[in-house]
Amino acid sequence: MQYTIEADGLKKTFAGKHEVRALDGVSFAVAEGTVFGLLGPNGSGKTTAVRILTTILRPDSGTARVLGYDVAKKAPLVRSLIGLAGQYAAVDENLTGRENLQMVGNLNHLPRSMVVARATELLEQFNLTDAGDRPLKTYSGGMRRRLDLAAALVARPTVLFLDEPTTGLDPQSRNDLWEVIESLVGGGTTVLLTTQYLEEADRLASNLAVLDHGHVIAEGTPTELKSELGATVLEVGLDTLDHARRTAELLAAVGSHAPVTNGTVVEVTVDDGPTAAMAGLRALDQEGITPTSFTLREPSLDDVFLALTGRRTEGGDDDTEDPDPGGRRRSRRRAATAAMPVATGELS
Amino acid sequence: MTTTIAAPTVSGAPHSDNVVVKLRWALSDTLTITKRNLLAITRIPEQLFFSTVQPIMFVLLFRYVFGGAIHTSEGSYVNYLMPGIFVQTVVFGSVSTSIGLAEDLQKGLIERFRALPMARSAVLAGRTTTDLIRNVFVVIIMTIVGFLVGFRPTTGVIPYIAGILLILAFAYALSWGFAVIGLSAANSETAQVVSFPLVFPLTFISSAFVPVDQMPGWLQGFATYQPVSVTITACRALMLGGSTASWVIQSVAWTIGFLVVLVPLAVWRYRTRT
Repeated sequence: MQYTIEADGLKKTFAGKHEVRALDGVSFAVAEGTVFGLLGPNGSGKTTAVRILTTILRPDSGTARVLGYDVAKKAPLVRSLIGLAGQYAAVDENLTGRENLQMVGNLNHLPRSMVVARATELLEQFNLTDAGDRPLKTYSGGMRRRLDLAAALVARPTVLFLDEPTTGLDPQSRNDLWEVIESLVGGGTTVLLTTQYLEEADRLASNLAVLDHGHVIAEGTPTELKSELGATVLEVGLDTLDHARRTAELLAAVGSHAPVTNGTVVEVTVDDGPTAAMAGLRALDQEGITPTSFTLREPSLDDVFLALTGRRTEGGDDDTEDPDPGGRRRSRRRAATAAMPVATGELS
Repeated sequence: MTTTIAAPTVSGAPHSDNVVVKLRWALSDTLTITKRNLLAITRIPEQLFFSTVQPIMFVLLFRYVFGGAIHTSEGSYVNYLMPGIFVQTVVFGSVSTSIGLAEDLQKGLIERFRALPMARSAVLAGRTTTDLIRNVFVVIIMTIVGFLVGFRPTTGVIPYIAGILLILAFAYALSWGFAVIGLSAANSETAQVVSFPLVFPLTFISSAFVPVDQMPGWLQGFATYQPVSVTITACRALMLGGSTASWVIQSVAWTIGFLVVLVPLAVWRYRTRT
């Protein structure tokens, strides 16, 4: 089996006021022509992994290969083969869309005629022809992201890195971008995608790795991940803590994992939503407990984390800046994981 | 797992290890970045406007308000003032290198550049070249303003141009120092805040506006021999006459010294900045 992207034991620590171990031995492999999703909350190391694979950052140890080339030893060559679109839409505000694309074409050393033709072609492909000669200041967030992605495609890379391509976008723009990515993959491009959204990973990726504090804590197809989790989350709000405690005991019978109580809200992942809901309501009714809310919903990244680590994702800063003071969080997690009967390696 | 796959032929970006090709690409990349920076300047004309209005205000202020109170040994005060204003203007102009780079970092553009197969040096060379071109433009405007308020250089066209080239080279060298600051700052505001306390003493504790012999004794040594003063004195001698050689040599020495130290430092900072 030949892999287009390979990460093998990547480690990276950022020195600073608080030393941050962004990656602590991360390995994964992406097959040609597939989409691989790196799923994780802020500060989990997703961006650091992408920066290493795109030659921007050197790992402290471990190796990364793109199309078989070591990214540290063959950086200039790798740069000519890949495309990168980041979460901050790295395009020049003061230039027009066309000027941005032509600049990237020139910096890729494409022939002049191709630079011009490619810019026109991409503006058309990304529905930006009308806005192509306007400065970027007039673009919406969704248009900027589309242009950013277009800029990553100027040199027709066969390997594409997308770092949280839809974070902060409205649902319509997100859908548009998903369609573009799907059509690229249809054309044979290999994509590494980082995301905080399970829904996005589910829709686009054929394989996933879940990152947490620089570790891969789960790996598999989205289907495997979701079946491991339970397909649906049942969320019940109660009026008192006593009722919440009792409800958690009752719902243990219907859940695929142990219920989690958060104040007066009880959450449990279930395999079959409607059946579990009926059973849950019956059990509550028998005890004379009336919930204040009762919801069935799709699992989110938060639920994946809850199931895998026994704790919620922590809102944090950007990957590279996330101050994780020592091993405090890690030790808390270990304790939580021990209490939860969910082993982290089960999906691989 | 470790099998090497041949590079796909569909990928459009060429790659070469040939030194001549690489050098040609480094030049074309620098041009591309310079063009992009200059386009940005034309898109925010108010920025260029204010960067020329400020020195014009200094000219008017010192020519008509403070000038009467400052005594220069020979010639008119406006003749004394203008070379100082020229140097002050280009030194202030070189600060924009730090602001521009910090902005590019902040917006993630440098991140994109670093993943492109472009020359590593092009972002810095393009930025400093842009600021050099802008300084040329500003110096031309200041020359016109100077003549309008009565500046009359006495040595002719060639020495005048030599004086202008001397200060442009000096400012170019200095802009590599501000590149280091821009690459080290958290954002463009910090870059600006850090840069100005550096240029203020250099331009004001100098012979730009007031003859050094009117300053307190303990300040005179610094005010005479610091690099900005040396360049002002050299420029003044070139434009108005007087002994030039020693000051010009000192100024050129500073310029070369700055380049030798600051260019590698800036490139190193660019490579290591995470």
